[in-house]
Amino acid sequence: MPDPRPAFSLFIGVGHPFRRDDAVGPWMAERLALAGCRALAHTGDGADLVGRFGMADDILIADATQSGAPPGHIRLIDARAAPLPDRTFRNSTHEFGLAFAVETARALGLLPRSLWVLGIEGQDFGFGETLSPPVARAAEARVEWLLDRHDGPARGWQPPPGSRPGKKSP
Amino acid sequence: MTERTIKLDLLARVEGEGALYVKLRGQKIETLEFRIFEPPRFFEALLRGRPATDAPDITSRICGICPVAYVMSASQAVEQALGIAIPPEIRALRRLIYCGEWIQSHVLHAAMLHAPDFLGLPDAMEIARAEPDLVRTALRLKKLGNTLMEVIGGRAVHPVNTRVGGFYRAPDADRIAALVPELEWGAGAARDMALAFSRFEFPDDAADYTFVSLVNPDEYPILEGRIGSNRGLDIGIDAFSGSVRESQVAHSNALLAHLADGTPYMVGPLARYANNHDRLPEACRRTAREAGLGPVERNPFKSILVRMIEVQFACLEALRLARSYVVPSPACVEAPPRAGEGFGCTEAPRGICHHSYVIDHDGTLVSASIVPPTSQNQPQIEADLARVVLSSLDLDDDALRQRCEQAIRNYDPCISCATHFLKLTVVRA
Repeated sequence: MPDPRPAFSLFIGVGHPFRRDDAVGPWMAERLALAGCRALAHTGDGADLVGRFGMADDILIADATQSGAPPGHIRLIDARAAPLPDRTFRNSTHEFGLAFAVETARALGLLPRSLWVLGIEGQDFGFGETLSPPVARAAEARVEWLLDRHDGPARGWQPPPGSRPGKKSP
Repeated sequence: MTERTIKLDLLARVEGEGALYVKLRGQKIETLEFRIFEPPRFFEALLRGRPATDAPDITSRICGICPVAYVMSASQAVEQALGIAIPPEIRALRRLIYCGEWIQSHVLHAAMLHAPDFLGLPDAMEIARAEPDLVRTALRLKKLGNTLMEVIGGRAVHPVNTRVGGFYRAPDADRIAALVPELEWGAGAARDMALAFSRFEFPDDAADYTFVSLVNPDEYPILEGRIGSNRGLDIGIDAFSGSVRESQVAHSNALLAHLADGTPYMVGPLARYANNHDRLPEACRRTAREAGLGPVERNPFKSILVRMIEVQFACLEALRLARSYVVPSPACVEAPPRAGEGFGCTEAPRGICHHSYVIDHDGTLVSASIVPPTSQNQPQIEADLARVVLSSLDLDDDALRQRCEQAIRNYDPCISCATHFLKLTVVRA
């Protein structure tokens, strides 16, 4: 039974800021960063994401899912223990998304010491900068939950170029 | 008579959505359509009435893999219309960021999308398990390209530091100097990868292509030159629309480009290489020779080798530019609005990307025309597929599908990634 209370020192919120619920990961990253957590937003380019796994020992990634579950449904996956479920997470350009990143890192021995993936089921992936209400409610509640599990603020830490959380992040 | 229908139903989730439909009767092709059914995105209409200075940022959204190509072609066109002359320091910085785009785009395609075809692997995830060292190198090279784009452009996708006239802020010299060690490594890694790929088994194929690219007597072209071909085409970029005809067909939402006489043509690495081989550094020409390439390569399946030679070139060129970097001051050239017409043409990783704009006296865009490389290659891709299908009729259905996918991937079209999800249906009478 995986630890239901994973600790993490780096949060990565994956998604596109202009595709409504796909932005739930970056949305959470922005709030965590404002609260002092080490958090970054990421477009989900899997080839680049593999390199981010070297930034911390204990990483938690949040990404929107599209599995048919009710909007806002949360699933927490221990990515070190098993492959990510096929076709659950949305893909980025060239199909190199989160699943590609995790499995490539696993094959290359580049997974961090612990890697948890938090999936939030989306409802609307159309154009727009706002989350749908059930997804926003789920994300808001989960931010509080995450703050209890962060290893502590990283004073002076700055996200790498292009990954600063916020609506205008890539 | 045997009737055989080959349907590749869906090439999805990238810049274009496409499919392939082939109907054979006996040994003859009755229908062959490389279908691009991505809905039109109306970028040219979107630009009309907007400030011309918005064009680079807006058009860069056409592609997440090669945004720099759109930024640079759009900037050139607007600058020509406004009468802006770009100083050499800004030009060098533009060439440097463009090298980053070539590196990341070519490596992604060659190592992660195209190489699995030659290794008999189904997808990029499998290649990490089968060839971990190759993937480690590829990821490091791609990161190098991304880093170049981040340092100069502010971020790796859709740069935010570029603008008409130059840059919002020029990178500090120490940030550019810090790129040198990794670029030195990258040039060697790209050469090694090209030589490793040269040991692949390549399908026996060749065509008498019309290669169209920028040509430049002084350098391997990226940012500027005349438009030339191996058949005598030699025009300024302002004459492009007089030499190329775009047309619409029912099976594609992309306009198809032919030369004025109706012949298809190829743009991209094979064309650049054929038209500018002598302008490559000797180190790259040596790699090409050792990889078994002559000054002109007509086997499209060997485009993977030329891509890696261009990665080696981009690393060497970036190295040269980084070592001689002079911080542009000011970082951009300003100019008041005025009425005019301008043209821009640069070498995107997949081939020439041509922009032309008409600007009103107040600086708003009156009209815009953008011709990306994939629409130029589409007729040639169909010609290649016809040739490949006819020479591969003895293959079973799975092998024929694979060969068709591979032939499409030779071009690294923006739809190439989705070819991994093609469905093949064969109906035999």
